[in-house]
Amino acid sequence: MARTMTGAEIVMQALADQGVEHIFGYPGGAVLPIYDALFQQDAVKHILVRHEQGAVHAAEGYARSTGKVGAVLVTSGPGATNAVTGLTDALMDSIPLVCITGQVPTHLIGNDAFQECDTVGITRPCTKHNYLVRDVNDLARVLHEAFYVAKTGRPGPVVVDIPKDVQFAEGSYVGPSNVVHKTYRPKVKGDQEAIRQAVDMIAAAKKPIFYTGGGVINSGPAATQLLREFVRMTGHPITSTLMGLGAFPASDKQWLGMLGMHGTYEANMAMHDCDVMVNVGARFDDRITGRLDAFSPGSAKIHIDIDPSSINKNVRVDLPIIGDAAYVLEELIRVWRARTPQADKEAHGAWWKQIDGWRARNCLDYKPRDDVIMPQLAVQRLYELTKKEDVYITTEVGQHQMWAAQFYRFEEPNRWMTSGGLGTMGYGLPAAVGVQMAHPDALVIDIAGEASVLMTMQEMSTAVQYELPIKIFILNNQYMGMVRQWQELLHGGRYSHSYTEALPDFVKLAEAYQCVGIRAEKPGDLDDAIKEMMSVKKPVLFDCRVHKEANCYPMIPSGEAHNNMLMGDDVSEEELEAAISEEGKVLV
Amino acid sequence: MDSRPISNEQHTMSVLVDNEPGVLARVIGLFSGRGYNIDSLTVSETEHEAHLSRITIVTTGTPMVIEQIKSQLERLVPIHSVNDLTVSGQPMERELALIKVAGKGEKRVEALRLAEAFRAQVIDASTEHFVFEMTGKLNKIEQFVLLMKPLGLVEVARTGIAAIGRGPTRM
Repeated sequence: MARTMTGAEIVMQALADQGVEHIFGYPGGAVLPIYDALFQQDAVKHILVRHEQGAVHAAEGYARSTGKVGAVLVTSGPGATNAVTGLTDALMDSIPLVCITGQVPTHLIGNDAFQECDTVGITRPCTKHNYLVRDVNDLARVLHEAFYVAKTGRPGPVVVDIPKDVQFAEGSYVGPSNVVHKTYRPKVKGDQEAIRQAVDMIAAAKKPIFYTGGGVINSGPAATQLLREFVRMTGHPITSTLMGLGAFPASDKQWLGMLGMHGTYEANMAMHDCDVMVNVGARFDDRITGRLDAFSPGSAKIHIDIDPSSINKNVRVDLPIIGDAAYVLEELIRVWRARTPQADKEAHGAWWKQIDGWRARNCLDYKPRDDVIMPQLAVQRLYELTKKEDVYITTEVGQHQMWAAQFYRFEEPNRWMTSGGLGTMGYGLPAAVGVQMAHPDALVIDIAGEASVLMTMQEMSTAVQYELPIKIFILNNQYMGMVRQWQELLHGGRYSHSYTEALPDFVKLAEAYQCVGIRAEKPGDLDDAIKEMMSVKKPVLFDCRVHKEANCYPMIPSGEAHNNMLMGDDVSEEELEAAISEEGKVLV
Repeated sequence: MDSRPISNEQHTMSVLVDNEPGVLARVIGLFSGRGYNIDSLTVSETEHEAHLSRITIVTTGTPMVIEQIKSQLERLVPIHSVNDLTVSGQPMERELALIKVAGKGEKRVEALRLAEAFRAQVIDASTEHFVFEMTGKLNKIEQFVLLMKPLGLVEVARTGIAAIGRGPTRM
């Protein structure tokens, strides 16, 4: 039954009816009526951030660690433009969000009013969909639609821009069940014939590999379980993108580690040499494929994806299956069971033997040092000391992110929150705020770099206000490490502006924020310092001083093929010089 | 597998959209943001009751890009359907052009004679000019415009292509 209420009340009612428990936001003139309605209810708890970008990243962390839709509330103009980086990040990584933005009153739209911006215009290319609500009687429907669009199909961020007069106006409220979308109908069930063909191809493969991505995690816990079941039924090797870590347990013997630019040697070599590739919920991103015309040249490719536009975008595939990962995997298992294919033991044995040969290369090895903490060691010790905890890891972007992906081993999905597609420095700290909000008793660690974390450092204040004991584990090398590494490889070691000459004292900074600062400078200090960090029930800034010029290996130089990796232990000056072709230099 | 660009193809797509604010901006933004070509684009409401508009886009790209354009368009939320008319069979394509020609004497007579031959209508005239209205296929209009050049062509306005599939069924 339709009820009459103000636009602002409709917003709060819709959020409550959509099951929103937490909303991340920042008030301002154009959202004051909504903040007033927020003040007068208990269903939705508001977390006041220190910058709107932080609100969106926090909501992303919240969404990724729970599988729910993240909610954001910001004001017009700068509130909306500050949210743009987070929205783009969520679009690139397919994270479901609903971001409500205030707007100047409808009669002022287009007049260059104070704190006016064309929010729907600006956010059109960085959202899955957006709305400007001009009539209060559309508001409830639009909000419910926004949640539906955000979480179904390939998830993504949705903006609902609400002018201030619409927030004040009275209109009728409809509940979520009455919303049917006119045009938006994502396809979730894969084509049966294609699924049967996929089983045929996998059954006949001599050198198969599973290559999985964030789509498996986005699909939900069922997809993860089904993936594990199917991969174990077949006995075939599996690798995953950065976004997909945790869908398959890293401790499993079928696991080859992450693939791609900084993936493992065995994963990339297996991708290059396989004869059947089964892509589940990944998108052949350029970090994964390397040189396109040399990408896995001899394989037949099966691509399972919910988004038809991911099919044949970068790499031509032989068998596309459009559908939800969980549904398609369930059908694959059903058809596989009915068929019970005879495994080609000889071929698969030879394939695993080849893989074991690549594994023996120990591609993640690095030269240990006694005098200085190697960043890889820092992540390894962090992993060893925290792996038995209920732990969630976020990261910033750069070398530390890749070391985290290589050395922190994930057994479960939704435990790893990192900015993959957009590569947003400053993502990890606010994301940790969101994760901790959703999981108050868990150990939430942001594996950070000192340059990235300074971009959103102000959110420490949010963590202190809401007593969120997030741990910011900073691998501090005083460089923008990945920029420095590329300058070393590509630009003759001319470290143009990648060294931060002035940094805050992170221990004192922690004290200024009224949380706890810990510093580790020698390998011998590391374990005790990490244990101290874990025992503190407050937010911690952990300043881990690491080797300043360590590089992240192995690496597929840009523009090169999977089977042309640079390894960390034996790179000579000449190899570095020759590693990247002129063509590769223009790539990012 | 080889994924390098093969040869470019021109395709005409008919896109049925909800007639709501911003929908054209979404389509155009998609093309500019992803670097696709627009050779021609026309849009108008076609079913008032159902609030539907039809956008006709002529675009050029490799088969892989054309496939991408279709999937990317289908991904936009307010879009009902995308039909690649070039794939479904040679579509009927027409364009309307208004052509202004100024001149006197023999040139003026010649312009009128050619207009008759091309079945163009005179919709405005003075002793010094004609405005011709012409509907037809792209190459017919282009040929006529080319002929008018030496005869005093002043300016041309064109609508872009409207297209519809052959046969008795709707898209």
